Amino acid sequence: MKSINDRSQDIGPLVSQTDDGIIICRCEEITKGEIRQAIHDGMFTVNEIRRYLRSGMGLCQGQTCGKLVKSLIARELDVIPAQLDPANSRSPMRPVEMKVLGNEEVHHV
Amino acid sequence: MSKHSDVIIIGGGIIGNATAYYLAKKGLSVTVLEASKDIGIGGSSRNGGGVRQSGRDTRELPLAMWGIKNLWPGLSEELGVDVEYTQKGNLRLGKTEAHQKILQGLTDKAVSCGLDVRMINGDEIRAINPYLSDEVTCASWCPTDGHANPLTATLGYYKKARELGVRFITESPCFELRKIKGAIRQVVTPDAIYEADKVLVAAGYDSRKLLATVGIDVPMMPLKMECLVTEAEPPMFLQMLGTAEADFYGHQSKHGSFVFGGSSGFEPFNKDNGTPISSSIGASCTCRGIIKYFPALADAKIVRAWAGWLDDCADHVPVISPVEEVPGLYIACAFSGHGFGIAPAAGYNIAEMIADGHSTIDLSALRYDRFKPKQ
Ligand SMILES: Cc1cc2nc3c(=O)[nH]c(=O)nc-3n(C[C@H](O)[C@H](O)[C@H](O)COP(=O)(O)OP(=O)(O)OC[C@H]3O[C@@H](n4cnc5c(N)ncnc54)[C@H](O)[C@@H]3O)c2cc1C
Repeated sequence: MKSINDRSQDIGPLVSQTDDGIIICRCEEITKGEIRQAIHDGMFTVNEIRRYLRSGMGLCQGQTCGKLVKSLIARELDVIPAQLDPANSRSPMRPVEMKVLGNEEVHHV
Repeated sequence: MSKHSDVIIIGGGIIGNATAYYLAKKGLSVTVLEASKDIGIGGSSRNGGGVRQSGRDTRELPLAMWGIKNLWPGLSEELGVDVEYTQKGNLRLGKTEAHQKILQGLTDKAVSCGLDVRMINGDEIRAINPYLSDEVTCASWCPTDGHANPLTATLGYYKKARELGVRFITESPCFELRKIKGAIRQVVTPDAIYEADKVLVAAGYDSRKLLATVGIDVPMMPLKMECLVTEAEPPMFLQMLGTAEADFYGHQSKHGSFVFGGSSGFEPFNKDNGTPISSSIGASCTCRGIIKYFPALADAKIVRAWAGWLDDCADHVPVISPVEEVPGLYIACAFSGHGFGIAPAAGYNIAEMIADGHSTIDLSALRYDRFKPKQ
């Protein structure tokens, strides 16, 4: 299996594609072209792309675009998608108001 | 792939990445070995983004002040990535007389180092930040403090260093340092042995285990800290905020979300069945703290919470130092929860220390052999 650990490996030039303008992450409005550029900037994992561009950091937390980002990385680096880890999942499952999250009862005797 | 370079850096956090960048700028060949799959997976991607001088120990204050003056303002341009550096001051808030005392003590120390920080009262506080509740009665105010985006800063240094030819190898957990003829020479990973005349260990808490393989120890402990972030809100304020009791700290990011860090007090005792976990009480507790200071944020929605480890030093100040007894070995760890703000200055000065043998800022107060037992 090809390794992506050497971050200086030659992945070829970034060739623009006609659909680079389509939006991949709808919450944060990140395009396919921006994601492909990030890969060529050295971001080889879903977590790195997310931290670099904010894709998957919006309201749905990547539940929609996670797989798409993964397949874009796989294609650009010429590896199989199964080789790439998904982004870390974080609580809460759905956005929760601070007053609700903070409202857990505290009993001080 | 060549296994030899001028310098090997162990740890692809912001300290390792920034040092790699400044070394490459000086023309040295550098290899960065990162244990995990992701560059910047450690504290560097998990912190609260504070770029502060106020509240700093006087031993690291010169480095913090120098970085804020000389590196942070131009960093986005230099790295070609928006690090969202915002220099609109830091308010450290208090509600009680005990808080006032803590804040006054910190302020007096910082003033003695030449930092512009002063105590202000409730009205002055609300003139700077009108969203704070009336319970807030005192604060220390440092107008030159601020915040930045830790994710883009950490990965920005990585991107730029990589462009300059620095070799980054992920999934390379180093487990042994080896000397040849008394000097550092080899770094061993499960897949390969790398060689250099100079090695920097910048692996956070895990530096300890690695340094032990050449008989060096830095007294530190791993300490868990938790953070949370809200959905994007309309712009409210630009300052960095903290409290005298450190119940929470945070800021509103350029994106509009509020990033806050806090703790329940139970973090060191969270369940750990081989995998350390966060407790559900952490985020709830932080929210309660925030709402007391910022009633207006009660309806803001939390979208994500996470935790990170601090490498807390015995005296809560970093170790940045050459190790003369192992020639060629350098240490940069034990940042004790405030290594993000000083990272650019640290990286710059560590690169000088490694390449030139001396640095712009005197780092001798941060030496690895400063720890002495009680008399
Ligand atoms: C929740 C939280 C909030 C914080 N808030 C702030 C703040 O507001 N302001 C501030 O200035 N600082 C803050 N900090 C501290 C700051 O994040 C750290 O001091 C800083 O990121 C340290 O960077 P580093 O590169 O030393 O460590 P890290 O980012 O932890 O990097 C160390 C790297 O070394 C790698 N590594 C470990 N062992 C090995 C090995 N054997 N071989 C190879 N690689 C290895 C790790 O995988 C990791 O990537 C906070 C920290 C936390 C956790």
